[in-house]
Amino acid sequence: MQVFTCIFSGVDIDAVLKAIANPARRRLLDSLRARNGQTLSELGGHLDMTRQAVSQHLERLEAVALVTAVRRGREKLHYLNPIPIHEIAERWISKYEKRRLETLTDLRKRLEGEDHG
Amino acid sequence: MDRPEFVYVTYIATTPEKLWNALLDPKVTAKYWQHENLSDWKPGSPWEHRSADAKRELKLVGKVVESAPPRRLVLTWAAPADAAREQKHSRVTFEIEPAGDVVRLTVTHERFEPGSEMLRSIREGWPKVLSSLKSLLENGRPLPRLW
Repeated sequence: MQVFTCIFSGVDIDAVLKAIANPARRRLLDSLRARNGQTLSELGGHLDMTRQAVSQHLERLEAVALVTAVRRGREKLHYLNPIPIHEIAERWISKYEKRRLETLTDLRKRLEGEDHG
Repeated sequence: MDRPEFVYVTYIATTPEKLWNALLDPKVTAKYWQHENLSDWKPGSPWEHRSADAKRELKLVGKVVESAPPRRLVLTWAAPADAAREQKHSRVTFEIEPAGDVVRLTVTHERFEPGSEMLRSIREGWPKVLSSLKSLLENGRPLPRLW
């Protein structure tokens, strides 16, 4: 908790962007988007990363609240928390631009034939 | 044990009491959610989510499961068409904890039916609603219209 309190009142944009600048951490976020609520070993298994690497990356992601962990029984489950990214986007994207960007993103997805997010 | 489908967290520079009020007071929810949450907020009571415009459209219904102001609120959550079908009701828990000089809000949404339409709209909805709530409480301005 102490980690969060010094970083957060608003989103610390530098810290969030640094956290997602790492490809392994983006793969962890992608994996959680595909299936939310995974344990550390499930994430490691899907991504072919050592337990230690997964654990360190998750710690970084949790510190900037891009990942939230909850305990259920003996398991620690990890969740994608898109809110910091949403807040960063809102800072620069007005509602009118958003409509246009969404249309462009839809168009791109349709042309590329797949939803790559 | 069942795994929740979504857990959202946001840190807001406010007090637990103000945040609690912002979740329940229809005048406040109208500002950042463009909807009103209506209930007497007693455990067992029904609650409704209605559009805050002239149409007053009923969008969601459910029951208050737990209410412990200003820390914990548990609601069931369903489309009005599914009001009588409890197996189709999902469950939302709001937890409010002080975190230094800010407040941590955790929203857990769980117990969806497999392949639920609600689940898809939730995924788009909560980040918008929670960012707008945070903006209203911290800057006095909600985000532009969400929907």
